[in-house]
Amino acid sequence: MARQRKGIEVSIAMADAVAQANVDVIAAYPITPQTHIVEHLSEIVANGELDAEYVPVESEHSAMSVCCGSSAVGARTFTSTSSQGLALMAEIFYIAASMRLPMVMALANRSLSGPLSIWNDHTDTMMVRDAGWIHVFVENGQESYDNVFCGFRISEDPSVMLPLAVNLDGFILTHMIEPVIYEDNETIRKYLPEVRMKNALHPDNPVSMGCFAMPEIYTEAQMGREQGLLDAYPAVVKAWKEWGDLTGRYYRPVETYRTEDAEYCIVTMGSYGETAMEVVDALREEGEKVGVVKIRLWRPFPFEDFRSAVEGKKSLIVVDRAISFGGPGGPVALELRSALYGRPNAPAIVNYVAGLAGRDVARSDFRKIILEGKAKASKGETEGFTLYGLRG
Amino acid sequence: MDKFSVFSSRLVEKSENFTSGHRACQGCAEALAVRHVMKALGRDTIVAMSTGCMEIISSPLPLTSWRVPWIHNAFENSAAVISGCESGIKAMMRKGKIPAKKINFVAMGGDGATADIGMGALSGALERGHDMVYICYDNEAYMNTGIQRSSSTPYGASTTTSPAGKASIGQHTQKKNMAQIAVAHNIPYVATACSSFPFDLMEKVKSAAETPGAAYVHVLSVCPTGWRIPTQDAIKYGRLAVDSCVFPLYEVIEGKYRLSYKPYKKLALTEYLKGQGRFRHLTDKEIQLIQQRVDKDYERILRLSEEEE
Repeated sequence: MARQRKGIEVSIAMADAVAQANVDVIAAYPITPQTHIVEHLSEIVANGELDAEYVPVESEHSAMSVCCGSSAVGARTFTSTSSQGLALMAEIFYIAASMRLPMVMALANRSLSGPLSIWNDHTDTMMVRDAGWIHVFVENGQESYDNVFCGFRISEDPSVMLPLAVNLDGFILTHMIEPVIYEDNETIRKYLPEVRMKNALHPDNPVSMGCFAMPEIYTEAQMGREQGLLDAYPAVVKAWKEWGDLTGRYYRPVETYRTEDAEYCIVTMGSYGETAMEVVDALREEGEKVGVVKIRLWRPFPFEDFRSAVEGKKSLIVVDRAISFGGPGGPVALELRSALYGRPNAPAIVNYVAGLAGRDVARSDFRKIILEGKAKASKGETEGFTLYGLRG
Repeated sequence: MDKFSVFSSRLVEKSENFTSGHRACQGCAEALAVRHVMKALGRDTIVAMSTGCMEIISSPLPLTSWRVPWIHNAFENSAAVISGCESGIKAMMRKGKIPAKKINFVAMGGDGATADIGMGALSGALERGHDMVYICYDNEAYMNTGIQRSSSTPYGASTTTSPAGKASIGQHTQKKNMAQIAVAHNIPYVATACSSFPFDLMEKVKSAAETPGAAYVHVLSVCPTGWRIPTQDAIKYGRLAVDSCVFPLYEVIEGKYRLSYKPYKKLALTEYLKGQGRFRHLTDKEIQLIQQRVDKDYERILRLSEEEE
């Protein structure tokens, strides 16, 4: 495939990226809004355009289990799911990370039941936040396409060896038609060479994987996981840098927009970043000193990048897409509060939860959130969270 | 006699792929079954094992009893994990990423992992027809967690969650027939076996591994701890189960039944039940009812085998 710019549905672009990455095994179970990704992959395999095993499993639990098996033998492995599917595979999702099995998942973010809803928010991914996977959030079609390659590169890096989820907002991204630049296969091959896993399951080199741990060793195994995820950080930064050098599109763990002289910022994760940038442009024209901070790398959490991105700001308005019930509010705000806790002159944090289960958050809503949030911060109203747009 | 295999212990594979030093209970016929199965399979085998007795006794980090590549992932998913191993190796061989070679893909689980919690994953793997063997080691209850009933526990057995009492006979449901469920998937090879008949077991495991596509072997594995019998009697009770036709040994090859072993003299059910602590509360009347059920099930297998002859 030659380098070209295409107007294409994001799901299709992502499936095409998986094919370009020359994966060996795809195991997935259909669930809205992930379906277009796996449908298109089945088609690619059926047409002989990708030599891979497409395993049409009977549940998401088995999808993740098949992925563990194929990754354990050293095969390049891809899966995709959403919401209830992620909940069903959660048990094995944790085990995949603990066994250091590289794979890439396109996680088309969708609300969790109940009430049952197929629409987009971040409640599904927050459920597995602590599983030990690398979590990346993307904003648009191009980023979704690019991060399939970066994802494999990071996940299979011998210094990382961890599964990685590319979080993309369901419908808002998966079903959107956007211009996406496809890189040529030569570039992909250069960026993403075949890696032979060192301890892959094979009769020539018998190893035991997934042994159980007594209390004498469980603690050390957990510390190994923690350290492994922290150590992944430099590999993530390097993989994004090299992708940028090849394609001109650079990604960073925390990205900023018009923050240099900003007094306050709106903080987003996922596709809301694009809307926020537009609103910030408009507010800038009205004289508001506002910028956007976007969290791209959710795990391992880039504490230092975040702190330096918000240094000297008066306040942050954090827009979450999930609620930690009975807790302090949205998971992102919670993270940022703890990142800044006890630091001198730390910005005040005002937390909004918005756009649950696909409720539209338009530019006018962002504008309202930003201005109202700024006022709240100046009045010191920073406790808890506000559920934006809640009808009385 | 339609087979002329020579059953000689001297011809059995000498190397141990499931090694000594594991932590099974004294007299565990399931560990013995695993040992024989691994002799039959040989080194070119990848094993995916469900959580359970055999996993716990053989893999305390950082030790292992396995001389073949072995993976444990969770309780209910060994059939799916081996599906992934098989798919991955197949794809990589086809693409020239690794050299081509015959490898046996084998999933193993207990009766709980097979007949209860892992039923969906197993059914999915059999339906997809991966080139794999699934081996169920059936000790007729959740022995690892302390003898709780499973759907494979026989009618009338007293377990810690189906205790016999004034108002209960113990397990009051009939044993789920996993071999028949496997047959219903129209897979090319299904067999029942027992570690008290090691040559038959090894031969069946070999046949299963040589069969292209999915194969299922159901191994009755006597558990002295759970069945409440003396540890030295495990082999004896396996023989009694087969000789009383409670657990007939047979193969179903491409849908065709073949009885592997016909007792010279069919023993009465009481021969099998007596001495087992889990059945000691049963009255003669209740045993009579169970005997009728055993006879009916055995006659069915006999009839199906004779039809094929």
